[in-house]
Amino acid sequence: MTPAAEAAPVPSERGVLVQIAISLTRDRVSLFFLLVLIAIVLVAIFADQIAPYDPIAQSLLSINLPPSAEHWLGTDQFGRDVLSRIIYGARTSLLLGVTAPALAAVIGTAFGVIAGYFGGWIDRIIGRFLDIFLAFPALLLGILIAAALGAGFWNMVVVLTVAFAPRFARIARASTMSVRSEAFIEAAIASGLRTPSIMLHHILPNIAGSIVVVLTLWIATAVRLEATLSFLGLGTQPPKASWGNIIRDGLGNLFGSPWPIVAAGLAITLTVLAFNMLGDAVRDILDPEARDE
Amino acid sequence: MWRLVASRVLDAIPTMLLVLTLVFVAMRLLPGDPAVTLLGDHATPAQIEAMRARLGLDVPLWQQYLRFLWNALTFDFGKSFVNSQSVAAMVALNLPYTIELTIVSTLIGTIAAIPLGVLAATHRGKTADYATRLFSLAGFAIPDFYLGALLLITFSLNLGWFPINGGGAGFVDRMYHVFLPAIALAFIKAAFVSRLTRSSLLEVLNKDFVRTARAKGGREPRVIYRHGLRNALLPVVTGLGLSILSTLSGSVAIEFIFGRPGVGSMLITGIETRDYPVIQAGIIVFAMFVVIVNLAMDILYVFIDPRVGAAR
Repeated sequence: MTPAAEAAPVPSERGVLVQIAISLTRDRVSLFFLLVLIAIVLVAIFADQIAPYDPIAQSLLSINLPPSAEHWLGTDQFGRDVLSRIIYGARTSLLLGVTAPALAAVIGTAFGVIAGYFGGWIDRIIGRFLDIFLAFPALLLGILIAAALGAGFWNMVVVLTVAFAPRFARIARASTMSVRSEAFIEAAIASGLRTPSIMLHHILPNIAGSIVVVLTLWIATAVRLEATLSFLGLGTQPPKASWGNIIRDGLGNLFGSPWPIVAAGLAITLTVLAFNMLGDAVRDILDPEARDE
Repeated sequence: MWRLVASRVLDAIPTMLLVLTLVFVAMRLLPGDPAVTLLGDHATPAQIEAMRARLGLDVPLWQQYLRFLWNALTFDFGKSFVNSQSVAAMVALNLPYTIELTIVSTLIGTIAAIPLGVLAATHRGKTADYATRLFSLAGFAIPDFYLGALLLITFSLNLGWFPINGGGAGFVDRMYHVFLPAIALAFIKAAFVSRLTRSSLLEVLNKDFVRTARAKGGREPRVIYRHGLRNALLPVVTGLGLSILSTLSGSVAIEFIFGRPGVGSMLITGIETRDYPVIQAGIIVFAMFVVIVNLAMDILYVFIDPRVGAAR
């Protein structure tokens, strides 16, 4: 552990984010993946401008073309430009990858803070439910809920939110319990502050750091799960482009080239890798002792 | 110790009950009336009424719930909407293939992972350590279904070394069929378990008893395996439990890609054909699997580390 980390005071919420941003740009590997991520985000935002073709425009005249100057990654069995589909797939992936974990973070944190703050029977009931949800791998839970709810983008948001929220709740609960015993919470209670106000202004800022770390790592998982569910036909429905359903279409296309599959898979891998690396880097910054795990 | 084991088993019962209740609620939340879905939009009200009675949907909800629990307990999952086969028989046919895939991939993954983890820990900060870190980063980032698709395209479709689909018959043929799918799942598992082995072994190698063993002139491989690895395995066993569960969920996509029979592909086919009894059975089987693996890990833990039992 570096002396600087030892001496670091307990930062406020704003301080944490600034500290993370500065530290990320100092490390070469982190900076690289930060730039990769920014590039992916820009591609997703400006998909309309970047994509050479309409991702859902079918053309019977250009079915299963190999990669060429006009179609860098070729076309699929419906004559759609694969590169354009992959560019739009970034939009699908990131939209879901950010929405579901963010919703899960809000809902999970609320339950976790309530359980950790009050303790007692409330904590026991919430804890019991958490144990059961946590016993299931997120993907399995996702498949099971998708099986019940049906396929589609917004159902997938619900699926992943339900699958992830308990993960956030567990972290929030543990962090809240340790903050709850601090003297300044006792002081806040003694000074007559109302409970919701204590939770919002005293507990939340102090547990935000650990929530942010978990959030980054679950975005990576959400991107992978979106791809998996769409691949299985339980997620994003065609003709809407998703990296998962591009691979599905590619495997189902006996006369196509493997390039759509290879490219879409690389897009998923790179995005997941970038979020994972940044998540690890953020964790290292907030918790230097965990560095060598 | 046996009391602890018994209490863990008792703990699993409310969990299973709650899971079944959630499945029941989820299946009732399904959009549309199953009887209408089954008969199509042109069915007469009388036909729908008869079908509802046949499906047991005409009795009060609490009776449906109790019947549902009883059926799950007795493995009576009803008949498939699609081919009228007994769903329990379908499960019995498919389950061995999923278990086989899980076991083979866990074996391959673990056999590859533990030496890799030892290598990384003993060569900390050197090339071997960075190489295994790169390997595990790749393992965490590459989706298993993508790896499966690449393996299928390369080794089955292009080179023709492995079968394109099916589960095989007879031991040798089944191992031949399970190999590629198992590799796809084992890769991710190895990434996870090798990291775990590395960090756990590093921690143990810093302990005093390891220093003592070295000071007494123990040769390095002996120190690492006898004193280090043995004590480092406890977290690895827990990690293995987690990774078996993730293999189980990964198996759904892998079975689908390789056209293998299995509970996962049964579930996906069920979803595609809206075969509710099959979906329901698939979910219950997976849920039971999860509860049983968690229970087995808890119990194994008690036996591996007697302190777990003593502490409670």
